[in-house]
Amino acid sequence: MADPKALYQEVILDHNRKPRNFGVLEGATHKAEGHNPLCGDHLTLTLKLDGEKVDAIAFTGESCAICKASASMMTAAVKGKARGEAETLIREFRDMATGTLDFATRPHHLGRLTVFAGVRDLPTRVKCAILPWHTLHAALNSVTSTSTEAEDDPMHAPIGDA
Amino acid sequence: MNATPTAFKDRSAALDVERIRADFPILKVKVGGKPLVYLDNAASSQMPQPVIDRLVRYQQFEHANIHRGVHHLSEVATGEYEEARRKLQRFINAREDREVLFTSGTTEGINLVMHGYGRKFIGKGDEIILTTLEHHSNIVPWQMLAEEKGAKIRVVPINDAGELLIDEYEKLFNERTKFVGVMHVSNALGTVNPVKHMIAFAHARGVPVLVDGAQAAPHLPVDVQDLDCDFYAFSGHKLCGPTGIGILYGKAATLERMQPFKGGGDMILSVTFEKTTYNTIPHKFEAGTPPIAAAIGLGAAVDYLSAVGMDKIAAHEIDLLNYATEQVNGVPGVRIIGTAEKKAAVLSFAIAGVHPHDVGTLLNQDGIAIRTGHHCAQPVMQRFKVPATSRASFAFYNSMAEVDALVAGIRNVQKVFA
Repeated sequence: MADPKALYQEVILDHNRKPRNFGVLEGATHKAEGHNPLCGDHLTLTLKLDGEKVDAIAFTGESCAICKASASMMTAAVKGKARGEAETLIREFRDMATGTLDFATRPHHLGRLTVFAGVRDLPTRVKCAILPWHTLHAALNSVTSTSTEAEDDPMHAPIGDA
Repeated sequence: MNATPTAFKDRSAALDVERIRADFPILKVKVGGKPLVYLDNAASSQMPQPVIDRLVRYQQFEHANIHRGVHHLSEVATGEYEEARRKLQRFINAREDREVLFTSGTTEGINLVMHGYGRKFIGKGDEIILTTLEHHSNIVPWQMLAEEKGAKIRVVPINDAGELLIDEYEKLFNERTKFVGVMHVSNALGTVNPVKHMIAFAHARGVPVLVDGAQAAPHLPVDVQDLDCDFYAFSGHKLCGPTGIGILYGKAATLERMQPFKGGGDMILSVTFEKTTYNTIPHKFEAGTPPIAAAIGLGAAVDYLSAVGMDKIAAHEIDLLNYATEQVNGVPGVRIIGTAEKKAAVLSFAIAGVHPHDVGTLLNQDGIAIRTGHHCAQPVMQRFKVPATSRASFAFYNSMAEVDALVAGIRNVQKVFA
């Protein structure tokens, strides 16, 4: 797209078209479902942890392109990483998407995931990008089901759609 | 509608869209440097300059509390507020002005009927008929009542075009049926429901009917006496008026039998700690200081709409809908959801392989405002097995060029996702 700030960059569209690690892991050690009731985005995440290391990770679900590409790139980013490193990425991604991390000047580990930085200018789309990360956080903490609208949810940021 | 080219041209000539657009200052707003194409009118409409001016004039020269003071400003404000009520009475052709209640909007109007009528007259084992098309605001209050009273909700199904199955509606009636709630025009699909027939059928069985007119009042001439509905609720902000104001029409005899919804000032005749005597209608239902400016603004809005002419508005919007339907149908990979024979100017659609939220974000980059989501009508989404739709909804100030912009925007979305 002509506008460099535009969200729908080729890398995002590519991950939407050909999502990586798409499917369900056999013999998963951790699993969680993520749901955004406001737009119907829904995804299931399965993980295999070898000790503290994310040995394998996969996702399935129905969602918008932003959510699907975010999930795809997330699985690629955390595969092989230690649980602590994954939790750091979750925090950094959330802070970038909500605009509290100035990723241009502050150190971070996001790499190409910064293509999602544009969502911070689209408040109604922030949750689409965050949902997979939110679900990963739940899976790592053995919470089997999570929603962007749960009241005790630390990532809860109400955005009207009703 | 007969859409012969001649009829089309004549009707368009009847409504000078460019002149009307000049009355709406917000239509000059640029979005990311592009002209705004506002196609989210079913969510909220825009306000013309005469209504804005009326609000300013009220605040500058006429404001005081109403029905209270003996001083000059209070009398002026009271007079203008009650005059606004009479304007709304004429707009929907109610018999009397006391049948027209000011509410905060459609939602409050329906809740008022639930509390004022439902809680008094609907009991255990009674049945309430609603339809699959209803907005959440005409579902949830009745569910709350059903839960409280042990009443039951029966739902009229729809066909694949998004039309109510009237045979099924008629079959739902039995001796326990106590109430019907139905929307006049579907916000999600645009279907115009045969409410007049449905009301007559219910009345023949002694059952009162509430019509949710939120999407009808802005788009078609509404005559509550002709419909013979018991209640008719709609919102000001979808009608070129301010937010925070709406109308509930109710038949006087029914309103008089009902219990008040909210207690407070202005809804009473006398208060002692032993006994309170309620005021007469409509005041019995207007506790507290109402949104006076908004009510007067809504009066100015229906003046404006009446001057343009609701018949002309409806005809122009049907032209827009027919043109948009034809153009969107011509784009491969786009499916229109809601293909009722009788529709108002709402076009819900799905682009194959693209989630509605992505459609909405990309159209916004072209300056086009549409609604994406479930439209507060999740049962409709479930019926069509989609999580959400993209919805363009038109108003009389929209132009054919804006339909072209929408169609170009849809093609652009497809290009991005190709």
